Amino acid sequence: MTKAAGKTDSPGADVPEYTVEHWIPSEPGRARPIHEEVERALRANHFTDRDIFGVKLALEEALVNAIAHGNGRDPNKRVRVAYRVTPERFDVLVADEGPGFDPDGVPDCTAPENLERPCGRGVMLMRHYMNAVRFNASGNTVFMTRLRNSGR
Amino acid sequence: MSSQPRRRKLEVEDIGDVTVVNFVDRKILDEQNIQLIGEQLFSLVDEAGRRKLLLNFGNVEYLSSAALAKLITLNKKLHQAGGRLILCNISDQIYEVFEITRLNKLFNIHREEQEALQAF
Repeated sequence: MTKAAGKTDSPGADVPEYTVEHWIPSEPGRARPIHEEVERALRANHFTDRDIFGVKLALEEALVNAIAHGNGRDPNKRVRVAYRVTPERFDVLVADEGPGFDPDGVPDCTAPENLERPCGRGVMLMRHYMNAVRFNASGNTVFMTRLRNSGR
Repeated sequence: MSSQPRRRKLEVEDIGDVTVVNFVDRKILDEQNIQLIGEQLFSLVDEAGRRKLLLNFGNVEYLSSAALAKLITLNKKLHQAGGRLILCNISDQIYEVFEITRLNKLFNIHREEQEALQAF
């Protein structure tokens, strides 16, 4: 059993014990096996197609943020992915080795003047499809939860 | 570092002066795929000089924000060249991704390919 990601910066935060952990280099394509593994585990626990769509999308957004933005695609820097699947819920942590960012500081990408700009669509999609999305204080670790058949 | 052979990511067919594009991969999700897809789409405009592009999403099961960013760039590129981009045959699940990000307001989206072809 892998213990959860050390202490978070939120006192009293409910951090689950993850059962699977991967460390991947910050290169495109290295997350693919994790997606496949997560999907198999979700299906085995009877998560719906909608759940799986949402989890895979949110997970990819978190991984791209970690690889590209957090670690600057430096292949010497790693991304930590830890997760747990139960019949009730999927919990995941994605952490990079970068300095972090302010997830509330990204411009509103739905504002008409920002629609064509690159900005925080990834975080927006994560928040839409997951029941809970939380960052540590520096912003280089994200914790997400999807409840099975949650209807989001 | 692993490298992926540069496989064809698009199926391209010309119908009149409209170039219809279908995606080979069902899961336009990971960044490595998206890079190649972007390059192949841009080259249709930059190198092959296509100006009317219809993207058919019938094969697409997943779509991430990185893919959306490529589509935004493609849209701009075509407009700057005096061309047009239309998207069609988007599943409800994928359309929701456009709605959440309000990109359904930016892109010209039609349900069916036939109807989209008429819209150019």
